Amino acid sequence: MVKIKYIEHNGNQHEIEVSNGLSVMEGAVQNDIPGIDADCGGGMACATCHVYVKEDWFNKLPKKTEGEDDMLDQAYEPRSSSRLSCQIIVSDDLNGLVVHLPEKQV
Amino acid sequence: MIDTDVLIVGAGPTGLFCAHQLGIIGLKCEIVDNLDKLGGQCIELYPDKPIYDIPAIPECTGQELTNNLIEQIKPFNFKSHLSDRVQEIKNENNRWIVKTSKGKEFLTTNIIIAGGVGSFEPRKFPTKNCEKFEGKSVLYSIKDKTIFKDKSVVIFGGGDSALDWAIELSKNSKVTLVHRRDEFRGAPSSVEKVKELQKKKQLDVLTKFSIKDVKGNGLLESVEIKGDDGEIKTINTDYVLGFFGLIMQLGPILEWGLNVDKKLIPVNTENFETNKKGIFAIGDICFYPGKLKLILSGFHEGALAARGCFKYSRPNEKYKLEFTTTSKAVKNRLGVKE
Repeated sequence: MVKIKYIEHNGNQHEIEVSNGLSVMEGAVQNDIPGIDADCGGGMACATCHVYVKEDWFNKLPKKTEGEDDMLDQAYEPRSSSRLSCQIIVSDDLNGLVVHLPEKQV
Repeated sequence: MIDTDVLIVGAGPTGLFCAHQLGIIGLKCEIVDNLDKLGGQCIELYPDKPIYDIPAIPECTGQELTNNLIEQIKPFNFKSHLSDRVQEIKNENNRWIVKTSKGKEFLTTNIIIAGGVGSFEPRKFPTKNCEKFEGKSVLYSIKDKTIFKDKSVVIFGGGDSALDWAIELSKNSKVTLVHRRDEFRGAPSSVEKVKELQKKKQLDVLTKFSIKDVKGNGLLESVEIKGDDGEIKTINTDYVLGFFGLIMQLGPILEWGLNVDKKLIPVNTENFETNKKGIFAIGDICFYPGKLKLILSGFHEGALAARGCFKYSRPNEKYKLEFTTTSKAVKNRLGVKE
């Protein structure tokens, strides 16, 4: 279990505990955090679990695999700090991770 | 007006197999889908990705699964209505009148919604001002390429659609291709071609830029783009094209009074009927306790929903389970010769 903070576009913050092995997307969906749609269910086949991760944390995350950037091209307002939260798997190293949610997903 | 027993909304694997089950029990159906081909998410999102959890098929791709399902329903000659979307429904004398966005009308006893996460639509620019020019000079698909002749066009995107159109339109138009990062995800040969055209100065390419705003008084005049480093450029242009892939939107189904919650339609597990008589929901779009979003669950749901439709379409007949191995009637429907 690690603590992850999801910050909505309007500033609302949700700090929740997520089990190791789940994705940051699943942590959000299971806890009803608004702003993550995850239409494809974690298959890296859509871009509706898009989050922004500030530099300090971005560099600590496991690197993007092939295909994630391709999907991010199709996200709403992607930036260089964009990630798909379904591709970030929770581990002890991520305790305290902060992700920022975009204004919307579609 | 097309008269039928069942209208299936959505031609993904669940909708297609449900059509098979309807054919087996002798009901007519018509299928509507917003994509231009059958197969739904399987064909649009992962045609080449292997699937390992279809019963008795150890491995197949989304494309193969779709091809096999199409093959399986061929004997019934059901009609599909592609690139069209259901819009309104109205109940009249216990039957449903359904209108589509292209103006088709169906008179049907049952509607089976197999809509997945919604219908696929192009992802649009986040910029509000783009709406003012949408369909005129801000476009997300191309129907007639001749309108761009001798005009200037700014194309956004990094995938095959963006690259292919940049290459094609550069023959007769002044084209600028804008992408948010250095790498393009299109086919390697297209990426090469774009680089070659860029070298010959037949195509402008700007990477690490995204759209900021569009300007124009009535007519589009220019597009503003913003670089990763904050640099802002203005490009004078007649057209702006965006190719950012497809998103899924539930659309008008939300207005049908089906108690949609979190994009899901609650159903019973006896025949997957919704709160409205004669409207069923199956596959990823339906919800009941224990629901699994797997293709195999969609198959089961479709089989039961088909029997639910039978009750309404043949009120004077009693449904009798018949096996494809032994029933003459079923074999006839399948066109199998004894």
